[in-house]
Amino acid sequence: MYKILQKRVLTPVTKEFVIEAPMVARKAQPGQFFILRIGEKGERIPLTIADFDRRRGTITAVFQEVGKTTRMLGLLDEGDFIADVVGPLGLPAELPESGRVACIGGGVGVAPVYPKAKAMHEKGVDVISIIGARCAELLIMEDEMRAVSSEVHVCTDDGSKGFHGFVSQKLQQLIESGYRFDEVIAVGPLPMMRACAEVTRPLKIKTWVSLNPIMVDGTGMCGACRVTVGGQTKFCCVDGPMFDGHLVDFAEAVRRSQMYVAEEQHAMHTCTCGGGDR
Amino acid sequence: MAGPRVAMPAQDPKERIKNFNEVALGYTEDMAVAEAARCIGCKKPSCIQGCPVNVDIPGFIGKVKTKDFEDAIRIVKATNSLPAICGRVCPQEEQCEKYCILGKKGEPVAIGRLERFVADWEMARGVKKPTVPPWNGKKVAVVGSGPAGLTCAGDLAKLGYKVTVFEALHAPGGVLIYGIPEFRLPKRIVAAEVEYVRSLGVEVRTNVIVGRTVTVDELFEDGYEAVFLGTGAGLPKFMGIPGENLNGVYSANEWLTRTNLMKAYLFPEYDTPIRVGKRVAVVGGGNVAMDAVRCALRLGAEKAFIVYRRGEQEMPARLEELNHAKHEGVVFHLLTNPVRVIGDEKGWVKGLECIKMELGEPDSSGRRRPVPVKGSEFVLDVDTVVMALGTTPNPVISKTTPGLQVHEWGGIIAEEDTGATTKRGVYAGGDAVTGSATVILAMGAGKKAAAAIHAYLQGK
Repeated sequence: MYKILQKRVLTPVTKEFVIEAPMVARKAQPGQFFILRIGEKGERIPLTIADFDRRRGTITAVFQEVGKTTRMLGLLDEGDFIADVVGPLGLPAELPESGRVACIGGGVGVAPVYPKAKAMHEKGVDVISIIGARCAELLIMEDEMRAVSSEVHVCTDDGSKGFHGFVSQKLQQLIESGYRFDEVIAVGPLPMMRACAEVTRPLKIKTWVSLNPIMVDGTGMCGACRVTVGGQTKFCCVDGPMFDGHLVDFAEAVRRSQMYVAEEQHAMHTCTCGGGDR
Repeated sequence: MAGPRVAMPAQDPKERIKNFNEVALGYTEDMAVAEAARCIGCKKPSCIQGCPVNVDIPGFIGKVKTKDFEDAIRIVKATNSLPAICGRVCPQEEQCEKYCILGKKGEPVAIGRLERFVADWEMARGVKKPTVPPWNGKKVAVVGSGPAGLTCAGDLAKLGYKVTVFEALHAPGGVLIYGIPEFRLPKRIVAAEVEYVRSLGVEVRTNVIVGRTVTVDELFEDGYEAVFLGTGAGLPKFMGIPGENLNGVYSANEWLTRTNLMKAYLFPEYDTPIRVGKRVAVVGGGNVAMDAVRCALRLGAEKAFIVYRRGEQEMPARLEELNHAKHEGVVFHLLTNPVRVIGDEKGWVKGLECIKMELGEPDSSGRRRPVPVKGSEFVLDVDTVVMALGTTPNPVISKTTPGLQVHEWGGIIAEEDTGATTKRGVYAGGDAVTGSATVILAMGAGKKAAAAIHAYLQGK
């Protein structure tokens, strides 16, 4: 059992947990994820390790309530326990140690971008961050990102805060206004990552995206998380989660992410977990 | 001469495809005694040589004959710590029963069924807590809680070692829990066998991925003096044909893990879903393929197919499973190989294009090589495809353990008689070494490694 030491409500649908998991914290590196299971009847879901504290033996998870499991998770409070936490999983991100990097986070994707931005900032990389959400209310971790970036550009789809438009449009704008990036890291919904990769493709700027496909075991056993990268099938859990955004077959990734939409809706209808702001 | 073997009572096929309850119901005392009476007690029994863990088969059957079941199970357990499991899942026709003298003219003694009977007999009465020697001051780490790991851990604990088993998943048992379905191996049996190993003083720690959460070298730093790697099968193989990433194509590992470990057949009571479809094709001819196809029926598929490129004679599946699948209405497309998975406009499976095969010359495995028959392509109308083609070893440990060498195909290099790897103090066995094989072979490897680890640590 793994104790939730702290809970923060970042937006009405986004929660942050600090979880006691010393063995995971001891090994965690930016880019890696973990898998949790709430209880005996729960499913295993992967979540990015948004931060870790080796001294305290904690990992931080940020999640958006999109289905039954994440809603149930959102109902838990400080002092509650999670049945299973296993990790760290996946390969650590190969982060540059110099130059200028655009760190782009969309929606809850800001959370996985944060540890990478932090690690690069500590190495002296010039981190230019672009973070976005549908609206100001759903924007997360702006202060955290400011602490590890030399510039933060905020975008909202509805214009309620910062730039009125998508993070990919902001990236395009920055590049056109003369910003030179050595690499780009983009994490968020698949269409957002694809759009960012399309911006950088003609300029041949190395662009990393972090995929979050459906997983079961997360250790390489089941193959549920397969993605096509550069024409080859990869297992996201052991070969990823970071891949070259110019090589990812996004159309397939989108299609595979929808495999259980009907079942997810059914689970939501039959569950009494409610949702929204708590 | 002994008559035919006593039939195994089983759930009716029409009923059992609607549930996940165990198919083979087990002998009663009278049935067991009657079957045991068929054993002629050869002076020089050859059955034992067919058993990877050398169970004293005539010895325990002799005790069943006289209804001394307590002694019978004691004899079995002297060399086999997981008899309730082996009695259910061993390919006996390829092992002990293959050597039974009765098999020359009629049916061999049903050794597996008798083994299961005595194990269940004991379990029903409550397994006595075994006496273990005091701790000898040494710690051993076992990686993986499948049949190899549990056997190795149990044997070492009986020798006085403090053993910790590290399991990556949230529940112990490895393939016994995620792979083999409830209807063939009830999970309460696995849980009871794990409890038995725990009662020997073994600690089982779930949610630890050796190679990620902790490395092999760190286990040594933590005071473990030897490490056994029983990490199992690994990454599922796919065919490399077009359409394999369409929605509705599963690896058997995923299909079985969702069903067995995560209990998707109880969705939405349990949270993990599975997309069954109406018509399911399972590609492969081993036990895993049989498990997958029989799960498909129980999950509600209207029609379930096996697609296998060789013939029935060449199928590696256990005979009993093959027969059960037939009785349950599985349709077999033998000498048939998939060439393409066909998708609809939304990217979901709508068919499996196959080609007929014929058998040519024997290949390196000694089985006749299947070759495609030109122009024999046809489309099997299915909406789900499960690939049961075996696995390749998981590289997580080999990549994070300096000094541990692997074969080109990824399997850990280990001595057959001892499990000793190229790294001092590290032993390995089971599917991680051999590639996909059987529960009993993994147990045999765990047993040999335990003996070798004991010899190594006593000499240290």
